[in-house]
Amino acid sequence: MNHADNPLLPREFRVSKIARETHDSFTMELDPAKGAKALHFASGQFNMLYAFGVGEAPISISGNPGNPRTLTHTIRVVGPVTKALHGLGIGDWVGVRGPFGTNWPVRESMGKDIVIVTGGIGLAPLRPAMYEIMENRGKFGNVVLLYGARTPNDILYEREVKKWRSQFDLHVNVTVDRAAGKWKGNVGVVTTLIPNVHFDPYQATALICGPEVMIRYTVIELRKRGVASENIFVSMERNMKCGIGHCGHCQLGPHFVCKDGPVFRYNQVKRLLDIREV
Amino acid sequence: MKREDPPVILDSKHLGLLLESLKKSGYLTVGPTVRDGAIVIDEIDKVTQLPVGLTDTQEGGTYRLQSRKDAAFFAYNVGPHSWKKFLFPPEQRLWTLKKNGTKFQFVDIADNTTRYAFIGVRACELQAMSIQDRVFQNGHFQDSHYMNVRKNIFVVAVNCTQAGGTCFCTSMGTGPEADTGYDLALTEVITGSLHYFVVRSQSRNGAKVLEALPHKPATAAQLKTANEMIAQAEHEMGRSLKTHNLKTLLYENYEHPHWEAVASRCLTCANCTMVCPTCFCSTVEDVTDLTGENAERWRKWDSCFSQEFSYVHGGSVRVSAKSRYRQWLTHKLGTWVEQFGTSGCVGCGRCITWCPVGIDITEEVRRVTNGK
Ligand SMILES: Cc1cc2nc3c(=O)[nH]c(=O)nc-3n(C[C@H](O)[C@H](O)[C@H](O)COP(=O)(O)OP(=O)(O)OC[C@H]3O[C@@H](n4cnc5c(N)ncnc54)[C@H](O)[C@@H]3O)c2cc1C
Ligand code: SF4
Ligand code: SF4
Ligand code: FES
Repeated sequence: MNHADNPLLPREFRVSKIARETHDSFTMELDPAKGAKALHFASGQFNMLYAFGVGEAPISISGNPGNPRTLTHTIRVVGPVTKALHGLGIGDWVGVRGPFGTNWPVRESMGKDIVIVTGGIGLAPLRPAMYEIMENRGKFGNVVLLYGARTPNDILYEREVKKWRSQFDLHVNVTVDRAAGKWKGNVGVVTTLIPNVHFDPYQATALICGPEVMIRYTVIELRKRGVASENIFVSMERNMKCGIGHCGHCQLGPHFVCKDGPVFRYNQVKRLLDIREV
Repeated sequence: MKREDPPVILDSKHLGLLLESLKKSGYLTVGPTVRDGAIVIDEIDKVTQLPVGLTDTQEGGTYRLQSRKDAAFFAYNVGPHSWKKFLFPPEQRLWTLKKNGTKFQFVDIADNTTRYAFIGVRACELQAMSIQDRVFQNGHFQDSHYMNVRKNIFVVAVNCTQAGGTCFCTSMGTGPEADTGYDLALTEVITGSLHYFVVRSQSRNGAKVLEALPHKPATAAQLKTANEMIAQAEHEMGRSLKTHNLKTLLYENYEHPHWEAVASRCLTCANCTMVCPTCFCSTVEDVTDLTGENAERWRKWDSCFSQEFSYVHGGSVRVSAKSRYRQWLTHKLGTWVEQFGTSGCVGCGRCITWCPVGIDITEEVRRVTNGK
């Protein structure tokens, strides 16, 4: 079996760009080794990123699916692997396995309104969906992005978010849990934004990524507005070792989050989200 | 390809020739042998290394070897090992990586080219292998390590003519007779002074090996005796499990109080997952050598009974023992069906026998589903 067919072998990518996002997160661009093929991906998919000798972590692809030559990842530094990735410089080597998992139903939602609700680092896996939507803007109805961060300093992609907010064809609302100083925006959890935002609940697809509690409350608010649960999509998170349905770690009831997810139709996981410790 | 030749008789004194013939064909022969008071699976060169004249008694949390009055080779039930240790080893190097200037190079993809002959595979274990096939080679992604070994094995199955105290393969529809997935299948018959095997071959490889051994056609009477002995095993099952509607019943009982009761006894020692022939969970370990120039990734068996298993930043998903036991049992008998189109349990009874506190999957299911 050659390298390309073996899903257990990382491929060689080079760090081509690094940007600081917040005090604990950064965005890294990776290019394939010379002569190697690009990895085509869809919005919502993830890669297993390998730091030499340290280990692997599942990280969503946060770049533009229309430009697969560059793999963009936004990473929050929390432990050994993410720390090691943070320690890399331009030209350094990263192992990549992927792309894995299911994607946001962006194409399938053409002709409808899109409501994106996300918190913290959860914006990263939704940015590819934003790019896809923006590139086909005419094909969607209202496009709403509701984004919650802990503090104003925790907002990802600050310049891009600012640009989106200034666009007449997007409704972008940002809120923070707590604010000090200059912040003039919303304060409070992201779910409080849902009741007042303009979209057609009967003609909308909702895409949610964030902690499970946030998902639960977001769904409640969306359902109150009248969004049907089959039109709500959520991205789930579980421990992952293999990414290919072989190691068992990512199980959520009958689902392997790595291959049946991370993006699920809410109906698929609804019951499981209501049970503790599944 | 499955083919079925007329069954033949191999005299017990020629069993050694079978081993020799397999070894001559380049197989590493592995089979049951006694170590530390239990019948384990290991490399065997001669039939005398088999557990000749021994049997076992098994109960919840209990395993004992005993002698028999005869010189039977296979008159016991499954022990703590299973064949998965060869196909999906407890520890396995997945690859080695070398820093080469600024380039990185995979220098070893650890392709195991050993050709194993499995001697004495029981019907439930054949099914366990076919279940792991679904996990490692029949899905969207294939595991080349598993497949490399899998494609080369020669399987000598043995039909059970007695059942153990923790066996319930008839409930799971997996035994006691091997029906598919073997090269040769033996039924050991001892009556009076006669000691022989009824042998069926199911593959070209099997037929070839059999051809070279002294054998004669089986008579109707011999076949009848063999069948009766297998039927005997069917009636001796020490445990049973109702599988009808089980997946649904388990899904409806995620919050049943009995999970808590099991958890109060469970030591979360993971014995049950280690002995189970279908459990496939693993973790990986990444290491570097002292120079920092070479890195390796190892895959090791893991268990849903450990708290770290479900760790995500900020804490584990399954903190309580209750949630971990529930995950294991519900996976085995419920969610597995959705994932792989088959139950994850073959009824081998190992998890019952080797649980230090005798927790019994069949009994816990009865409680959790209120006996339905
Ligand atoms: C589908 C998916 C997409 C993700 N996308 C991103 C992303 O875009 N950006 C980002 O910063 N983080 C993302 N995460 C979380 C990220 O994988 C973890 O933060 C990371 O594994 C932590 O590894 P560590 O060694 O640095 O830290 P530790 O917390 O010490 O991790 C130790 C081990 O625990 C496991 N683990 C810990 N946290 C998580 C977690 N949250 N999810 C899964 N496994 C975990 C890993 O197996 C890891 O090897 C994603 C997780 C999943 C499942
Ligand atoms: S769950 Fe228990 S009885 Fe079933 S296959 Fe595994 S070890 Fe055997
Ligand atoms: S059920 Fe028994 S064998 Fe399994 S983890 Fe609990 S105590 Fe250990
Ligand atoms: S991450 Fe291994 S099964 Fe999903």
